[in-house]
Amino acid sequence: MNTPEIWINLAYLVAGVLFIFGLKGLTHPKTARRGNLLGATGMLVAVVATLCHTQVLSYTLIIVGMVIGAGVGAFLARWVQMTAMPQMVALFNGLGGAASALVAGAELLRDSMAPEGSAVQSLTVADLAPKSIAIGVSGLIGALTLTGSFIAFSKLQEIWFKKPFKLKFHYVINLGLTLVVILLGIALAMNPLGGVGNLCFWGIIIAAGALGVLLVAPIGGADMPVVIALLNSYSGLAAAATGFVLQNSVLIISGSLVGASGVILTTIMCKAMNRSLFNVLFGVMAADGEGPSDDIYEGKVKWTSPEEVGILFESAQRVVIVPGYGLAVAQAQHAVRELAQELKRRGAEVEYGIHPVAGRMPGHMNVLLAEADVEYDKLKDLDEINPTFPETDVVLVIGANDVVNPLARTDPQSPIAGMPILDVDKARTVVVIKRSLSPGYAGIANPLFAMDNTLMLKSDGKVAMVDILAAVRDV
Amino acid sequence: MDFITGLTIFVLAVFVGFEIITKIPPTLHTPLMSGSNAISGIAVVGAVLAAGAEKTTFAAVLGMLALVLAMVNVVGGFLVTDRMLHMFRRKDGQ
Repeated sequence: MNTPEIWINLAYLVAGVLFIFGLKGLTHPKTARRGNLLGATGMLVAVVATLCHTQVLSYTLIIVGMVIGAGVGAFLARWVQMTAMPQMVALFNGLGGAASALVAGAELLRDSMAPEGSAVQSLTVADLAPKSIAIGVSGLIGALTLTGSFIAFSKLQEIWFKKPFKLKFHYVINLGLTLVVILLGIALAMNPLGGVGNLCFWGIIIAAGALGVLLVAPIGGADMPVVIALLNSYSGLAAAATGFVLQNSVLIISGSLVGASGVILTTIMCKAMNRSLFNVLFGVMAADGEGPSDDIYEGKVKWTSPEEVGILFESAQRVVIVPGYGLAVAQAQHAVRELAQELKRRGAEVEYGIHPVAGRMPGHMNVLLAEADVEYDKLKDLDEINPTFPETDVVLVIGANDVVNPLARTDPQSPIAGMPILDVDKARTVVVIKRSLSPGYAGIANPLFAMDNTLMLKSDGKVAMVDILAAVRDV
Repeated sequence: MDFITGLTIFVLAVFVGFEIITKIPPTLHTPLMSGSNAISGIAVVGAVLAAGAEKTTFAAVLGMLALVLAMVNVVGGFLVTDRMLHMFRRKDGQ
C-alpha cells in the first residue's frame, strides 16, 4: 500500500465510524437529525478521499455525473410530498442498487480491457474467482433491487401493477430465471477476463432484472412494508458485494450496516402480520383460510353521524386515534391533528395508536402525523397503547381495518389468526370511519363493525374529521 | 485486502448493524429506511473510481452513469431524511 492509499483507507475508516454514529443517532428523535448529518458527513469524507485516489486521473465525467445526480436528488427530495414517501424511498433504493451493479460491470470491463502483461491480466482464473463471483452477486442483487423497486414504486404511485399480478407458471419461471443466473455466474467465473465474461454479466443483469419484476408484481399493497424493507436490505447487500469486487472496506461496512437494517425491519414487519417472509413473497395468504362472510353485519351495524360523534366527544376524558393507510389516501393528517387539538383544549387526553404495518412502509403513519405537527411522544406502538384501551372512552379508527380486527385474537381458523392487533374493541366506544363495509386487505369481514360498542360513520376520512370538528365546536 | 479480510469486516459490521438498529424506535423507522438507503449509495465511491479513468472508455461511461444514480440516491436520501426528521419534534419540550 503506498502512502496516499493509506490516507484514503484511514478516511474510509472515519467514514465507516461516522455511519455507525449516524445510525446510532437515529435511536432517538432528539438526536436523529444530527445522526443523519453525521451520516452525510461520512459520505462526504469518503467521496473526497476517493477523489484523491491515484486511479482518478480525469475529472470531467466525475463532475458531470455528480452535478446531474446531486441536482436530480435534491430536486426530488425537496418536492416530494410526505404522503408519497414510500414510493420515493423505493425509487432511491432502486437507483442505489443499480449504481452498485454498474460499478461492478465497469470494473469487470476495465479488467478485461487491461493491456497485455498488466497485473490483473497475469492472474489465473482461480485467483480471480472471488472477485468474479462478487461481480456476479453484485449484478444479481443490484439489478433485482432496481427492477423490484421500480415495480414497488409503480404499485405505490398506482401506475402499473396496482393489483397483484401473476403469470401462468409464475414461480416456475422465477425458478428458471434463478437457474439461468446461477449458470451465467459460473460461466462468468470461468471466463473472468474475456468477452464471454462480460456477456455473462449483462445476461445476469437481464435475468435478475426480470426476476425482480416477477418477485414484486404478485405482492399486494398491504404487504408493501415488507417488500420495501426487504429491498432496502438488498440495496445494502449490493453495495457490500461491490465492496468485495473493489476490495474496498467502506463499501463493505456501509453495505452490511444497511443490509442488517433492512433485515431487521423486514423481520419486524413480518412479525407484525404474524406471517413468514416466505408467506409474504409467495403470496400464500387467505386463500385457504375462511373468515365469516358479510352476514355478520346483518342488522347489527349502527350507523352514526358527525353530530352524534361530536356529542360523544363532549364527555370523553380519553381518546385514542387509530390511523391506517386510509388516512394517507384521504390526506387527513392535518384535519386529524386539528380535531385532536380541539379535544385537548376541552380537557381530553388524546393519543395515537400506531400498528407497525399501518400504511405502506415501516413508520409511514408516524411520518404523516409528524408532518401535521403531532408530537412524537403521543404516537404509541402496540405494546404501549393496548393496555390503555379499557380506560379509553372513545377510539377513532380512520382508514384501518385488518389491524383492528378482533378475529385475530378469537378465531384460530382466520387468515389473520395470531396477528398482533390494536385491541380497540375493549374501549367504551369505538367510532370507525369508513367509506363502506368492504373487507380489508386480508379479504375477511370485521366483527368489530357489528359490535355493541361500535358506531360506524360512512364518510371520507378528511371530510369526517372536518364535520366532527364542526360538531364538537357546536356542542 | 484479501477476501477473508473483507468477509471479516462484513460479518462484524452486520453485527454492529443489528446491535444499533434493534434499538431504533418504530416512530423513526421511515427516516431509518431513507437514511440507511442514502448510506447504501456508498457505491458512489466505486463510481468515482470508474468514472475517473484517464481515457473516456466504455467502462468510464458506465462509471459515470453509476455516479449519476448513486448521487441521486445519496443526495436525495440524506436531504429527504433531514426533511422528515425536521418534522419530528415535541411541542411541550420546546
